[in-house]
This record gives sequence, structure tokens and C-alpha cells, in this order.
Amino acid sequence: MRIAPTFNVAYRALRRNKMRSVLTALGIIIGVGAVIAMVGIGNGAKAQVEAQIASLGQNVILIFSGSTTSSGIRTGWGGAGTLKIEDAEAIRREVPGVIGVSEEVVSTTQVAAGNQNWFTRIFGESADYFDIRQWPLADGAPFTPQDVRSANKVCVIGRTTATQIYGNENPIGQILRIKNVPFTITGVLTPKGLSPQGVDQDDIVVMPYTSAMKRVIGGTTLRNINVQIGDARQVEAAQQQIMSLLRQRHNIRAGRDDDFTVRTQQEIAEAATATSRVMTVLLGAIAGVSLLVGGIGIMNIMLVSVTERTREIGVRMAVGAHGNDILTQFLIEAVTLSSIGGVIGIICGIAASRVLSIYAHWPTLISISSIAIAFLFSAAVGIFFGFYPARKAAALDPIEALRYE
Amino acid sequence: MRHEKNISMKNGALVRLIDVHKVYHTGEMEVPAVRGVSLEIKRGEFVALMGASGSGKSTLMNILGCLDRPTSGHYLLDEADVSGLDRDQLADIRNRKIGFVFQNFNLLPRTSARENAELPLIYSAQRLSNTQLRERADRVLNSVGLGGREDHHPSQLSGGQQQRVAIARALINEPEMLLADEPTGNLDSRTSVEIMAIFQQLNERGITIVMVTHEQDIAAYARRNVIMRDGMILDDRAVSQRADATAQLKASLAAGALAKEATL
Repeated sequence: MRIAPTFNVAYRALRRNKMRSVLTALGIIIGVGAVIAMVGIGNGAKAQVEAQIASLGQNVILIFSGSTTSSGIRTGWGGAGTLKIEDAEAIRREVPGVIGVSEEVVSTTQVAAGNQNWFTRIFGESADYFDIRQWPLADGAPFTPQDVRSANKVCVIGRTTATQIYGNENPIGQILRIKNVPFTITGVLTPKGLSPQGVDQDDIVVMPYTSAMKRVIGGTTLRNINVQIGDARQVEAAQQQIMSLLRQRHNIRAGRDDDFTVRTQQEIAEAATATSRVMTVLLGAIAGVSLLVGGIGIMNIMLVSVTERTREIGVRMAVGAHGNDILTQFLIEAVTLSSIGGVIGIICGIAASRVLSIYAHWPTLISISSIAIAFLFSAAVGIFFGFYPARKAAALDPIEALRYE
Repeated sequence: MRHEKNISMKNGALVRLIDVHKVYHTGEMEVPAVRGVSLEIKRGEFVALMGASGSGKSTLMNILGCLDRPTSGHYLLDEADVSGLDRDQLADIRNRKIGFVFQNFNLLPRTSARENAELPLIYSAQRLSNTQLRERADRVLNSVGLGGREDHHPSQLSGGQQQRVAIARALINEPEMLLADEPTGNLDSRTSVEIMAIFQQLNERGITIVMVTHEQDIAAYARRNVIMRDGMILDDRAVSQRADATAQLKASLAAGALAKEATL
């Protein structure tokens, strides 16, 4: 009914006690700022992990060779050598929706060129690999399906390997000796940075899996098969079909365990982001505690203010203020303090996370929703912690209040 | 009763107290503060309510000011029974019909004279723009002799000036009745006379004033003295030799000028 003048009254009262108002708001500023910055850091970390998972490629299904037990020693995933090249071909042939398959073998070895050498990872892949992992070349050309069929001595190298062996020289067309086999470098991959596990993904040599199996690693089985599905909605069905296809091909009877493992990118992403989600919640909760402390600060100051201004309340009531007018006045004071603190806190939080990402190189991500939630929460803190003192003020008896010393 | 009410309407009584009692409960004790007061105050009267402390005059004042409700009996203000109204209704009555002046001024600290005077308008049912608020506050401040001091804070004003701000605040809503509780209690004698001069001028203009005081010479500025003891009215009489504050001020001014001339 009389909101506008009451706003004015509350505003004047806050201005009368500038220092106190600023200090009270500071509690909320720190609380909201901390929430914004902490959630920003958590979300940034989560977004980074998600980006790294996405760098595995879109709609990818990974099939790992199973574990085997030999003389009581279990080899772990990929150790059993149960996946054959023919399995990959069968998937390419029989599973609907498949748009790319890459047979993968992996090894680590010493590579050399001229007087330089470097210990790096060798990935044997099909020509689909670069599409599946959405990993374009920075320079040169990838190897071709023909290179794969002929097991040609060609390879593509990552940025780290290129720098370590060739420095600033252009590596394309150069010869790289891998286990004394000369490979011609056809291209350099775009840098991808660290994997979710912290491995430098650019420290790599990618070659046709046929060349890797025949000339570098030896062996006849695949460590894993990367499969890409065209449509996200088909991923689950394809996963089921791959499982039944492989069980059938490997002659696994019903009731026996698979000798392979099928993981979708989705499952991997969920596992990886679970950690950062927990971190976000934890950081947010810790920052939330400081917001709570800020709220208690508001309540404390409002209680002091009500006591201190008992006579003022008495005068206001004597000249016609209703209990509700007094309640509204003190509520508005509390909410104004907390929302101004909230706005400044949001600005400080954004600034703090900018500083962190610039100087500490932490990825931060501030969403509109976290800003909106922080603001509404700070206003709610004002209402929640302002209500008790405001109600106390509104319930005062005018005669007692006027007589208060 | 009906007969009496008709009379009151005819003769224009502003205040009618009919057998008003007020009992305070402190623990299990019942403390009677007002014990059967019947009083009638007509429009345009200037009443001094007197009595020793504990005589019940403050309680009666609170009832008259609609700050408190009688335990029993009736209070008719402006011909409407206000003894049964709730908190908010009483607040509205206070806002519209009563202006308060307190012993300790009760101004809002660190707030300008203008903003202090505006206070009742903020809680008034009529909606005024900020400019209208300002104009009315300035006009009423000017009428109590505070023109040019609208922006002064209470700490920058003398006691007499602060009490004038309080009077301006009491007058801004054009109330039926001015209630003053020991208005000169915190003022020196000269400033007291100045405040009484304002009261007498306001009364000349038709404003009803009820003033609590325990000082005989202050009560002499009123037209009627009501004396209380033990919660009851002991005496109710017209002031025979009324003191004229304006004339006293003029005389003392002249005497001052004379004294000045003598020293020269």
C-alpha cells in the first residue's frame, strides 16, 4: 500500500549509517563472490573434462579386448588379445548406423631422425581414425585406406613429437625411423592438449594399423576397436548389436562372461564428469557457508538497528505507521543490503574467476543461471535473516518504544 | 447515555471520556492507573493536564492519544467510539486526528528538519508527490518560525528549534488535536515561553491542545486546568488569570532593549 515511501525511508536509514551498511553488505559480497567464483571454477573444470571427452569424438563406442588369466596372472583389459581384425570388419559390415571403424594397436617405442631421438607412443589405426576422433591435420595429409591395405611405411605425427625431433623444421616428407624401419611423415596433427588422464595427446605417432602390426609391434590381435555411429539415437542399439555380434563370433555360450568390454563415450563422460560435479558441489557448499555467515551478519546488524532505533519506531507508530509499515521498512533495509551486496558480490566473483583463469590458468565458466541463482539467493538471505528483526520491530508497543532510553 | 451523546454532538465536543478505567497487570498484581475518569473537551480548548507523577495523567494522555486503549469505559473522539479499535485502526486515527509533541522532541537523528516534519505524511492515506511533501513541510516549518532551516539536522538546532520541528511535524496533517507531553520539560524558561507563544497562537487559530505539565506557570498559559490524583480527576477549572506568552516575550524584549540603552 505504501511501498514507495517506505522504500525511501529504508534507503534514508541505510544512508544514515553508511559505514555499517557497507560492512554488513561486505559479508554478502564475500559470500556471493565466493559462490560465483567457486562454482565458476567447478563448472570450468567440468567443461574442460567434457571438452576432453568430446575430443574422443562424437557417438563413439570403444571395444576393448578382454582380460585373460594365465598361470594365475590376469592381464587386464586389452591383454587377452581376443579382438581380431576380422571382428572389426564384421562390425563394419553388419552393425547398422556405423560410419567409421578404426582397429587400434598401441605401443611405446624409441623413434629417431637424424641425430635426434624421442620415446613416444605408436598408434596403429585405420584411415577412419582422424574422423572418429575429430582430429584434423594441421599440415600435410593423412594416410589413405590404400596405405592401410598395403601396410605402407607412412605415418602422421603429433605436435609434441614433431617439435622434439625436428624442432622448427617442417617434418612433412621427412623420414622417421621407428625400430629401424624408415617411415615417411605425411602430416602433422593439430594440437589436442592433455587427455582427461593428463597424458599429452600430441606426443604420438599414428600409422596404419597394418604397418604397426607387421613392422613395429608384431602380433595379430587388436587392443581395441573404435566405432563411430552416425546418429546419437542409434548408439545404444549399436552397442547391444556389437556385443551380441562379438559374443557370437567368439563363441561365448550364454551365461559365460564376455571376453571384451564395450564402453560408450557417454559412459566414459559420465564417469569423468562425476568427479568435477562433486567438486563443484563441494566448492559451492563451502562458499555457501560464507554466504550464510553474511546472512547472520545482516540479522545481527538489523537486531542492533532495531534496538538502537526503538524510539524512532515509537515515533513512527505514534504518527500513524502500522506494524506492517515498520515490518516492510526493516525488511526492505535487509533485502536492499543483501541484494546490493549480491550485485557487488557477483561482479567481484566474476572478476576473481577472470583473475584466476588469467594468472593461475584455471578454466572457469560463469553461467547466467549461476549469476541469477546467486542474486536470488542473496535477496532470499535478506528476507530470511531480516524477517525476525523486522517482526520484532513491528511488534513493539508504541508507548514502550517512545519511553525507551 | 444516548441523551448525553446528543448533547455532545450539539455542543461539538471533540473528546468525550466516559468512566474510563485503565488497569495494568504486572505479574499477578493489578495496578489501577486510571480509575473512572469522565471528561469532555470541546473544539478549540487549551487544556493543561496536571498532577504528580503516578497520578495517572500520562496514562490518560496515552488513552487520549490513541496509543493505549482503556480497560473499560468509552472514549469518543470526534463523535466516534475509538475504545474498541485495533492497532492499525488506532494508528490511522493518530495519523489523521492527533499531533504529538514530546518532552524529548523525539526527532529522527541525522535527518533534516524537513524530513522530520514530513514523517506523518508518509503514513497518510492521501498520496502526495515528493514535491507536494516538500512544499507542505516547508510551509508548516515556516509557520513555526523555522523558515531557512529546513535542511538542518536536529544536532544543528537548539532545543527550542527542535521542539518547533516537532510541532511542525505534529501540525503537518492538520490534526483535530495537538497532544503535548511536558513540551517545555527540557527547555529553559525563555524558550518555554516561546513554545507557549506558538501554542497560544495555534489555539487562537482554533486548534485544540491538550498538554501534560507539572509546572504551575506553564499550566497558566492554558485556558483550562485539569488536575489529577490517584487516577481520578481532583479538580477541573478554567484559568482565571491567563498568561499571555506573546506579550511576555515583547515585554522582555523591550526590557532587554532598555537595559542595553542603560549600559550605553
